[in-house]
Amino acid sequence: MPDRSPMTLFGLTTRAMSAQMVRMNAATSNLANAGSVSSTEEGAYRPIRAVFAVELDRASGIAGVATGGLVRADTAPTRRHDPSHPLADRDGYVFEAPVDETAEMVEIMESARQYQNLVQALQTAKQLMLETLRSQ
Amino acid sequence: MNERLFGIHGAALTLRSQRMGVIASNIANAATPGYKARDIDFNAALDARLARARGQAGAGPEAGMVWRRPTMPSLDGNTVELAREQVAFAENAVAYSATLSFVQGKVNSITRALKGE
Repeated sequence: MPDRSPMTLFGLTTRAMSAQMVRMNAATSNLANAGSVSSTEEGAYRPIRAVFAVELDRASGIAGVATGGLVRADTAPTRRHDPSHPLADRDGYVFEAPVDETAEMVEIMESARQYQNLVQALQTAKQLMLETLRSQ
Repeated sequence: MNERLFGIHGAALTLRSQRMGVIASNIANAATPGYKARDIDFNAALDARLARARGQAGAGPEAGMVWRRPTMPSLDGNTVELAREQVAFAENAVAYSATLSFVQGKVNSITRALKGE
C-alpha cells in the first residue's frame, strides 16, 4: 500500500479485530456445514481456515496482522454406506463433510478470547492517550 | 531543552508509548503462525535514548528491542503467550501513568513559576 500513514494503535487493533472476525466466520461456516452430505467425494464440503500473516509497519515499529486468505483443509470426506439416502451414489455411499465440531467450537472460543484481549488493550491505551491529552 | 525541562521523564514517556505499541502488536498477532513476540528492554532503550540526546554516538533506534523467550515452544512457531502479554501490558500502562504524572507535575510547577503565584 503506497499512500498509507504510519500505523497507530487504533489501526492495529482494527486490523487484528477484522482478522479475528474472518477467522470466527470461517469456523462458523464449518459448523454450519457439519453433517452436510454429497453424492461425490469432490462435491463434499471441506472445512476452511483463515491464515494470518504479519504486516510490519517499519515507520512505527508496530506489527499488524492481515488475513492472508482462506485455505481449505484437504481431509478426506467421511464415506458412509446409506443406500436409502436420496443423494447416495450407485454403490449406496454418501460423502459427509469432515468437520470436527469440537475443534471448531474451540477455534471460536479461542478467537473470542483473543478478540476480548484486543478490546481490553485498546481500552487501556485509549484511556492513557486521553489522560495525556487532557493534562495541562 | 526537552531534557532540561523534564529530565528523564520525557524520554521515558515516549518509550512507554512505544512499548505499548510493541506489546499490542504481540497481542494482535497471538494467532499468526511463525510470529516471534518482541519486547523493549526498558533500561537499555532508555540509556540509548539518553546517550543519543546527549550527542553521544549511541545505538540505533532498535536498541533495547529483545525477542520474547517462550516458556514452551508451540507447533506453529508462534511465541506469543497471551497471559504474559497481558501482564506486560498492564505493567507498562501503570508505568506510563506514573511517568505522565511526573511530567504533569513538572509542567504545573513551571506554569506556576511563570504566573508568579
